[in-house]
Amino acid sequence: MAINFIHPEFEIIREEKRCIKCRACERQCANEVHSYDQEFDCMESDESKCVDCQRCVSLCPTRALKIRKTDNRYRENANWQQQAMEEIFRQADTGGVLLSSMGTPKDYPNYWDKILINASQVTNPPIDPLREPMETKVFLGKKLNKLEFDENGELLSEIPPQIELEMPIMFSAMSYGSISENAHKSLARAATELGTCYNTGEGGLNQDLYKYGANTIVQVASGRFGVHKDYLNAGAAIEIKMGQGAKPGIGGHLPGRKILEKVSRTRMIPVGVDAISPAPHHDIYSIEDLRQLIFSLKEATNYEKPVIVKIAAVHNVAAIASGIARSGADIIAIDGFRGGTGAAPTRIRDNVGIPIELALAAVDQRLRDEKIRNDVSIVIGGSIRSSADVVKAIALGADAVYIGTAALLALGCHLCRTCHTGKCNWGIATQREDLVKRLNPDIGAKRLANLVSAWNHEIMEMMGGMGINSIEALKGNRLMLRGIGMSAKELEIFGISHAGE
Amino acid sequence: MLKKEGEIRIPSGCAISGIINRSGQCSINGSEIVKSISYMHDRSNGLGGGFAGYGIYPEYADQYAFHVFYDDMSAREETERYLDRTFEMVNLSRIPTRKHPRIKNEPQIWRYFVNPIFTVLQEDQDEIDEKKFIVETVFYINTYIKGAYIFSSGKNMGVFKAVGFPEDVGEFYRLEEYDGYSWTAHGRYPTNTPGWWGGAHPFALLDYSIVHNGEISSYDANRRFIEMFDYKCTLQTDTEVITYIIDYLNRKQGLNFEDIAKIIAAPFWEEIERLPEAEAKRIKLFRNTFASLLITGPFSIILGFDGGLMALNDRLKLRSMVVGEKDNIVYLASEECAIRGICPDIENVWAPQGGEPIIIRVGK
Repeated sequence: MAINFIHPEFEIIREEKRCIKCRACERQCANEVHSYDQEFDCMESDESKCVDCQRCVSLCPTRALKIRKTDNRYRENANWQQQAMEEIFRQADTGGVLLSSMGTPKDYPNYWDKILINASQVTNPPIDPLREPMETKVFLGKKLNKLEFDENGELLSEIPPQIELEMPIMFSAMSYGSISENAHKSLARAATELGTCYNTGEGGLNQDLYKYGANTIVQVASGRFGVHKDYLNAGAAIEIKMGQGAKPGIGGHLPGRKILEKVSRTRMIPVGVDAISPAPHHDIYSIEDLRQLIFSLKEATNYEKPVIVKIAAVHNVAAIASGIARSGADIIAIDGFRGGTGAAPTRIRDNVGIPIELALAAVDQRLRDEKIRNDVSIVIGGSIRSSADVVKAIALGADAVYIGTAALLALGCHLCRTCHTGKCNWGIATQREDLVKRLNPDIGAKRLANLVSAWNHEIMEMMGGMGINSIEALKGNRLMLRGIGMSAKELEIFGISHAGE
Repeated sequence: MLKKEGEIRIPSGCAISGIINRSGQCSINGSEIVKSISYMHDRSNGLGGGFAGYGIYPEYADQYAFHVFYDDMSAREETERYLDRTFEMVNLSRIPTRKHPRIKNEPQIWRYFVNPIFTVLQEDQDEIDEKKFIVETVFYINTYIKGAYIFSSGKNMGVFKAVGFPEDVGEFYRLEEYDGYSWTAHGRYPTNTPGWWGGAHPFALLDYSIVHNGEISSYDANRRFIEMFDYKCTLQTDTEVITYIIDYLNRKQGLNFEDIAKIIAAPFWEEIERLPEAEAKRIKLFRNTFASLLITGPFSIILGFDGGLMALNDRLKLRSMVVGEKDNIVYLASEECAIRGICPDIENVWAPQGGEPIIIRVGK
């Protein structure tokens, strides 16, 4: 057998005095790290299989376990770091493309952390959201540019198709297949309770979830899995997925082993067959083709649903967004390069695309310069980690945000970044029934609702501090932001001043 | 170095006052409004004061009255050359002022009564939008002619403003020589010292003039939206952006002042839900369509327009404002003292609710 060059990344620390040999860790680990040695009456570990998902640590009743990064190091080299070397070993072993899950862990600049929020002092009173009304309701979709009245002054105009949200936060697209049925149920129930929307992703809509349609965005992606007339009409809006922040320019691949009976029915493909979403939509090779798909979907839904076009944040995102705004889309969703994924080629995830903060600033300003900002709403995603990120995004010009990774964390994900193996011990990114049932959708929904309503309270506190009592007065209000530690060019792109100015 | 107004955003507190004769008679002397605002001396800090009078130019009622500040002769020459090409000048003169010990560094202050001249082609094609033309002229001169600033551009109305306490500004401009059917006044308390006359208030465009007390927290959201419709917020003041919002909604969207109040100081969603269905639908459509024109943060404004005044508070009523009536005259002010000082036997004094517009139209 060939030599394995790679030392296991983690060490399992088991405090023997605490361990009662209940074997819970063994039962919980789908990666089969833990085992019981009958002869010596002790627990053993194979750390080479460990992904540091923390399931065993969380469930050990005596807190006897912890996972630690190994301190085994190759010889120090600033240029050839350990990870780079290991990736070469891995590729030399297999000849394959490296795969990763979730957003890039690389240390790229995070601009949310370089932006600070304003508050009122003296000249303008802060507003206490516990005492005064504080509004976070948003409408997504095209806005009218001119109101029409009849001769008696009665309004003739009607609000165009829009999504009405109680707060500017939605759950982003994660397909049934990439995540489990119980994860989808959790998202659907939480969205309904919160008065917001979740997104089916490209895997169709499970029959059991049609009842949450008013809080569902149904996605149409390049594979067109699960798309039919009832599906299109089931949701509050339709999203055309052109790209994803974690893997711009790349399609998707759900391995056949995840296509079990129910997923197969929902996706409308045979059991056990790989579900491959092509990189482009093969009916969209240009912007005028996109227009045709947008209007095909509007025809199919009687012009009652807003259409979202989701793109990855790439270099010329502002020009692309402008083209989309002129193509009949009602909402543009932009996904930044730190956004999550169930599986992506590592090189793409870590090197292609741009941060969502810059993309948002550029798109919002471009649409205003072209006087078409009113024709579309902007929703952004790709690593929104807290309510402060939401406030900053809206002040930069977003109408609302998508959260994906944060929602999965609320469900128990610990970002071990091995979704692509399909052995998620938390019952989220897996189709294995014994694992899926670990995620109780009622508890999951409650945790998601807790998270988002906590964020909404924090958003209201920050708005009140700024003396703003409605979210629409925050949208695009860049004067409320200052940069910290940014270059003049970065400040120019953001359209904000530096702290102290 | 201190930055001039327009290069930096300067928050300010203020006093405002307004008087109108409902009958439309030009019975109110300029000295009345000067006296009214003087009672609120402590609400200003000497860094800006101003007035707007309506009905004050009966002899030139059909001409646009441009009031202009010039830094120097060359700005005046360039501006007059520019105006000469597209306007017939019916009258031009310096605005009469008197020397005042506390008003210093005055620019050249000129007044022009003008008629726009349109080309035969424009008239033939019936594409004349006179007000749009005036607005474009004002924006052009204020943006591109260095040292020239048109601060009043309506018909039969005029703005008078300066750096100083408002009562001193009133004396400086000899306002006792003008009679109007309505007046507004402003005393400014900026938190910086730009010392530029153009930065004083009222802010005016066409016959709209605004005096405003407050600091709006929605400023940049409002500014970045309204700039999509060919307005340029060169002063970075609340008053400027509010004026443009009102011009946009009234002149370009054709909405009346009652509806405008429901957009800029929109009822809360929970109030909208309690309204009768048709009214709720109407206001929901307003809020939806003009979401970015909602003004938040404290403000009390008095809007002057041809034939009336509108007073409006922010929807939480974060700034004081009272209204009083006596016979045909309606008084509006930040503090009641400014009303009682000039009308001791005032009747019906009340404080309008947040977001509740008080609209007075003459002859009604």
